[in-house]
Amino acid sequence: MNEKKLIRIPTPARYLINLVLIVALYLVIDALKNAGVITKYWNGILIVVGINIILATSLNIATGYLGQLPLGHAGFMAIGAYTGGILMKSLPVDKMVAAGDTMGALPYILLAILCSAIIAGLFGLLIGIPALRLRGDYLAIITLGFGEIIRVVLTNIDSVLGFKFTYGSAGLKRIPKFSTFGLVFICVVVCCGLIHMMMKSRHGRAVLSIRDNEIAAESVGINTTYYKTMAFVFSAMLAGVAGCLYAGYLGSLVPSTFKFMKSIEILVMVVLGGMGSMLGSILSATVLTLLPELLRSVADYRMVAYSLLLVIMMIFRPKGLLGSYDFSMSRVLEKFLNWITGRSKAADAAKSEKEAAK
Amino acid sequence: MSLVFSQLVNGLQLGSIYALVALGYSMVYGIILLLNFAHGDIIMVGAYTVYYSMTMFGFHPIVSVLLAIVISTLLGVTIEKVAYTPLRSAPRLSLLITAIGISFLLENGAQLLFGADTKSMNVLISGSVQIGSTNLSLAAIVTIAVSVVAMIILTILVQKTKLGKAMRAVSEDMGSAQLMGISLNRTISFTFAVGSALAGIGSVLYLCAYPQASPTMGSMLGLKAFVAAVLGGIGSIPGAMIGGFAIGLLEALASAVGLSTWKDAVVFSILIVVLIVKPTGILGRKITEKV
Repeated sequence: MNEKKLIRIPTPARYLINLVLIVALYLVIDALKNAGVITKYWNGILIVVGINIILATSLNIATGYLGQLPLGHAGFMAIGAYTGGILMKSLPVDKMVAAGDTMGALPYILLAILCSAIIAGLFGLLIGIPALRLRGDYLAIITLGFGEIIRVVLTNIDSVLGFKFTYGSAGLKRIPKFSTFGLVFICVVVCCGLIHMMMKSRHGRAVLSIRDNEIAAESVGINTTYYKTMAFVFSAMLAGVAGCLYAGYLGSLVPSTFKFMKSIEILVMVVLGGMGSMLGSILSATVLTLLPELLRSVADYRMVAYSLLLVIMMIFRPKGLLGSYDFSMSRVLEKFLNWITGRSKAADAAKSEKEAAK
Repeated sequence: MSLVFSQLVNGLQLGSIYALVALGYSMVYGIILLLNFAHGDIIMVGAYTVYYSMTMFGFHPIVSVLLAIVISTLLGVTIEKVAYTPLRSAPRLSLLITAIGISFLLENGAQLLFGADTKSMNVLISGSVQIGSTNLSLAAIVTIAVSVVAMIILTILVQKTKLGKAMRAVSEDMGSAQLMGISLNRTISFTFAVGSALAGIGSVLYLCAYPQASPTMGSMLGLKAFVAAVLGGIGSIPGAMIGGFAIGLLEALASAVGLSTWKDAVVFSILIVVLIVKPTGILGRKITEKV
């Protein structure tokens, strides 16, 4: 009865819109850097923001989308960081990085990031297969134990088969500082893009169905163990990427960075932003990284505030600030176009007519 | 021989502390299926209570000990009332995250209030007893004796009294228990009170072994006690006891063979192995899920 259908932006165009927005964001930040608005100090903080975004969005896969509570995310990050750090130290990239020859070092950097992801993923598989078979809180406990084991092992081992590797509690030092803002930015975009694409796919819907009702999901033929493990390993892999970038940013690693506290910090970001919302994770990772920098004078109260926030959030708004809402530029554009052309009114009228007919 | 014996006693001393703390975890988990992460930090508060009442106010050790137990109990019940009661019908994940939040709140709050440094105090119990050719510290004997007595009292409380019956009923089926006229709020609060009182006793016994208090002392102790509870079978009182002694002996063994820096890793590896091989623990009952 209504000849005018609602405007829908086709999927390729949606991706194009997002790409344009992301490039625009990069150009704006780059211009600000060139103009001297963003100093070297703030450039470093932006890199940390990027790393935290990857950590939060990757934990969000396991917590928000899968509905589990891993408490050892820092462990996977540690594995990625040490893998990346050791690789970059042994590869001949030191001079290239020091000279700022990013293009020359890029293949090695990509190799290090990939290896970090794969090894963190392997550990994720190792832990995930037994842990995800169990129900309830056991995953939380196993991952917590795993994170602690990783830290104790890294503290106590300094050589593997006679090769000086991790340097124990003294820490891994003199890693080439390869994490530039551009690299981290691209990694954030790729990670978020991968998560988005996975969650919109058939596999992603299977993961969501497990979160909502595991028994029902199983009864419609979803291999729950497979999908749970897949999501968990994916989450661990991205944490490995974040760890690798972290190693390249700091240039030195000590095992005590990757304490239980670090896992909780990441969890706070996810919970605050909204479990199951990528935008929520990104925003809260950004805010929670920038805020302590801006409020240096009250930095001592940071952890107290975090923990209070966690409790208050759970009591009054357990879904997080954004709930499971995700922002889509294309959706906003669609709404705008429909509103401009007056199609949304026609559609609303048609809808209410239909309901009245019922 | 005497070295083995003294290590054994050390292990049992540590194990009885773990067992007492594990009991608190186990009881709370048995009744509302919550991993009370804040339980370990209640021990920390208890230890600070003893420290301040002895050094600042100059109270007699016995008064300080009683004060620590009372404050721990009050703290446990307050946490339950403020943070866990509003979430009783919320998803398990929210409850777990709240527990983590409370735990970090206590730790960081203590760090702000008392400072991050370790506070050392006088030993509560000194002296030793000669048995055969070995010297046994009095603290070890008192610790083991107190924990065994506490567990006997607890078993009687749960098995023989009316409140214990109510606790068992609530852990069996919350809804039906309520229909039978059992006050949920009172029973759950009582469980928290008993668990926290045990944590208070645990903190005092811990101070007998290591006379110092620091803001993060509770977290590792709590986690290991939790491992003990899982190992013994969560929700079971004798299980928590067995698990606690097992973990304590294991740690003493790890230290004895020169792996003391690895003992945390050993404990958590045990946890992972137990959860994979027998998730219900040594004495745990199997929970079947209803669709």
